[in-house]
Amino acid sequence: MAKDGTRNRPLSPHLQIWRWGPHMFVSILHRVTGDGMAFAGLALLLWWLGALAGGPEAYALLTKCMTSPLGYVVLVGISWAFFTHMMSGLRHFVLDVGAGFELKTNKTWSIVCPILGVLATVAFWAILLLR
Amino acid sequence: MGNGTSIGRVRGLGSAKTGVHHWLLQRFTAIGNLLSVLFLAVSILLLPDLSYATVVEWIARPVPAVVMILLVVTTFWHARIGLQVLVEDYVHDHANKFACIAALNLAACSGIAFGAFCVIRLALGAHA
Repeated sequence: MAKDGTRNRPLSPHLQIWRWGPHMFVSILHRVTGDGMAFAGLALLLWWLGALAGGPEAYALLTKCMTSPLGYVVLVGISWAFFTHMMSGLRHFVLDVGAGFELKTNKTWSIVCPILGVLATVAFWAILLLR
Repeated sequence: MGNGTSIGRVRGLGSAKTGVHHWLLQRFTAIGNLLSVLFLAVSILLLPDLSYATVVEWIARPVPAVVMILLVVTTFWHARIGLQVLVEDYVHDHANKFACIAALNLAACSGIAFGAFCVIRLALGAHA
């Protein structure tokens, strides 16, 4: 802390103190997938648009990189991050209107959202590769 | 110089009736992301292939071009707000925090400008 006045404030316990639960997991996952996409996803978005604007050679390089094994890991990772962030984001919209805070309901959707994210990712790639 | 009176120290730090602006903007851009990225995802699935010619022909059309420009704006602004919260949570030194948020603003605005420029260039027929 930079200011003297804030130096001795009691701090809330950090991650290692709490017993892990689905609510905590889905919240951390939301931040991890969001920040992951902010770096990797947006960088790839600009690379893609830049390669399209740059011409066929630039696009060929992007295609070569993204159809390599590591490229597929990146693409699947970003698509998984998007669908997971989307599902937990939709959960946030519900919580924002004051609904879904009952213990059991909250726990259920905390478990369901990441699963829906994985299912949406699988469905997306299945349609893309099997069409 | 002292620290001023108690009221002087808190003045300007409380609600100025604009406190939810950041929070609301995160929701508005979230809705924008939901619509625009789903449009992109569905478009990728509906395109016959992802070759250069196919994708350029697609993105040069009016509706995809406009949605892609909106996508760049809404995703970068959402990321800017989200990363600002990350910085505020973990960077406690005031000078470093200011530097991080300043850099974040430059990066977000640059990303929007570059992305929008690329789409406009394609839409106006640079490779038609």
